[in-house]
Amino acid sequence: MIDRQPIDTYATRISEEKQTSVITGATASTEKRQSVLFGDFPNTHDLRRLAGQIKDHTLHHLDHYLEQAEAALSRNGVKVHFADTDEDARQAVLSILRDHQVTQLTKSKSMASEEIHLNPFLIDQGIEVLESDLGEFIIQLDGDEPSHIVRPIIHKNRREIARTFQRAGIARDLNDDPEVITRRARAFLREKYMQAQAVITGGNFISCESGRVVLVTNEGNSRFGMAPSKLHIALIGIEKLVPSDRDLGVFLNLLGRSATGQQLTVYTEFISGPKDPTQPSGPEEMHVVLMNNGRTDVLASDGREILRCIRCSACQNVCPVYRQASGHAYRSPYGGPIGAVLSPLLFGDRFPELADLPKASSLCGACNEVCPVDIPIPDLLLRLRDKAKRAHISQPGDLPMAPFATLATSPSLWRTAMTMSKAMNHLPIDVAPFRPIQDWLGQRTLPESHGGDFRKWLKNRSKEQGLRDTPQ
Amino acid sequence: MSRESIFSKIRTALEPLAEKTSHPGFDDESITSSSRLQGSLREAFQRNLEAVHGRILNTPDTLASFLRENDCLHGYCDPDLMDPLGHALSAVGLIVETEYDRQRYEDYRFGITQATGAIAESGTIILDDTLTRDRLAALSPWVHIAVFPESSLHRSLSDALTHLGPSHNVIWVTGPSKTADVEGILIEGVHGPGEQIAYLTP
Repeated sequence: MIDRQPIDTYATRISEEKQTSVITGATASTEKRQSVLFGDFPNTHDLRRLAGQIKDHTLHHLDHYLEQAEAALSRNGVKVHFADTDEDARQAVLSILRDHQVTQLTKSKSMASEEIHLNPFLIDQGIEVLESDLGEFIIQLDGDEPSHIVRPIIHKNRREIARTFQRAGIARDLNDDPEVITRRARAFLREKYMQAQAVITGGNFISCESGRVVLVTNEGNSRFGMAPSKLHIALIGIEKLVPSDRDLGVFLNLLGRSATGQQLTVYTEFISGPKDPTQPSGPEEMHVVLMNNGRTDVLASDGREILRCIRCSACQNVCPVYRQASGHAYRSPYGGPIGAVLSPLLFGDRFPELADLPKASSLCGACNEVCPVDIPIPDLLLRLRDKAKRAHISQPGDLPMAPFATLATSPSLWRTAMTMSKAMNHLPIDVAPFRPIQDWLGQRTLPESHGGDFRKWLKNRSKEQGLRDTPQ
Repeated sequence: MSRESIFSKIRTALEPLAEKTSHPGFDDESITSSSRLQGSLREAFQRNLEAVHGRILNTPDTLASFLRENDCLHGYCDPDLMDPLGHALSAVGLIVETEYDRQRYEDYRFGITQATGAIAESGTIILDDTLTRDRLAALSPWVHIAVFPESSLHRSLSDALTHLGPSHNVIWVTGPSKTADVEGILIEGVHGPGEQIAYLTP
């Protein structure tokens, strides 16, 4: 029996229920996203290119901008920490929490924290951590992993969620009305916000000029988590910088539209330090942990354009492979096209294990077309495939390409093979005693072979038109 | 230690880079949606706010009767706003507190706070720490009413970004709090208000 690539294995084992949820979820509101993204501006493609260039500019001068951000944050009264590795980041967060004797905190959605498995680490240290984004909250109750950047529970349906709430003691019955589910979470989380001594958030952008940390949410969970807390820790990747407040306009205009088809996310918070002294609600102390965790390796690679990513999930929604395989198949917090490029680069020591991800793409290019920062994802996928090939990383399912290469480099052999392929139309190929062929045909119908017909047509056409460049 | 290590890795990574992209520069109009700005600023603001299920109310009486009809009988009002609004609210029998007590957060069905301004292009309300006396009073009640003068209306996101001001905390609020996490179905009023109201003063 032939081995499959890990992502294929996952895709074949996924339950029909889960696959339906992912396909419906990823497909939903595609039109809305498209019309809001492409209908509002004189030229959206120019805007996407502009955003990509601003990000490239920042990344190409990252040492300068990181220094500038550090200075601006410090000037605003924020305590800045640097974390080179995942372990450094976990320890930095823990030591701040320990200094403040924090035993209970809430957390708003942060992909950076998913990357370093912060929750299980803090819980092991005896700290109660509660995710406050509705989707992440449900993920936490289930001991599951998010499978989508913006909609972490895209793979779950309402019935599962109702069962989760009953099991966790949040609901007594199995009412699965989304409104009831939401109200129950609202009531439960409010009490927790009020008790928490600290809040951990991510950060969507940092303006280097002003040191403003920008956080966007639709639910208002980070705002609510911050209001009663005395301590705010923002864990942010070093690639999240933009030069100035004015530049933020470019990205804020693109982020909501690309993520959910909203002109602007409901809550866009600009935080440049602890609360103002007259304000009763809000953290008295703010810490920003600037995390590397492999980002400089990505910067050094020829896939550095992926660091432009603003985590909008547009590429996940449009990707035919993501829709079939679900985010979990990508085996990191980042599923879909972004994950297929970012994960093998970011988690470099896991490259051989994740080298199947760049191959799980038809290179259809839909991801690049919708990317708000114009990342050439298909090109990056090809570069990574090449990297795996050069590193001699063999993967289950790799086909021996040598015979094809021989065939494709000899015009006469190719011509013969083309003509011969017509014989396949008359062979009972689906019962061939060769497992890989059976596997392959199990999910596909082979079209009738027209081997050589196109060449014949072109030759005749050229003759009729008296063209000289007839094919061999 | 991490700091030096990160900076040295960045410099090593960037060293071989032959060509570094310069900042492209852009015109604010290229990131402004003119189709959303048709009509006067006020009209545009109202249209865009209503598109995200927010509302505009203009007079003390319409506000008072809206709250009454929606069973919001007890709430908070910024003391500076009691002069123009307090009378109308108590006239329809609403209980209004001018101190927000977070221990009793569930008591407040509405919160009336001052806002710094708004953005016409997106129907966004702007709050900051200096004018909004208590962040929670604008967040925990089911209905939030943001009060601001019409003159503080910004045209576009770009305009508002150049006027963020000195406050350490500025928040843009575009409609009621919402989620579509469960099966993509839109539910309003997740952690914040389920009703977002803009009250414009002359």
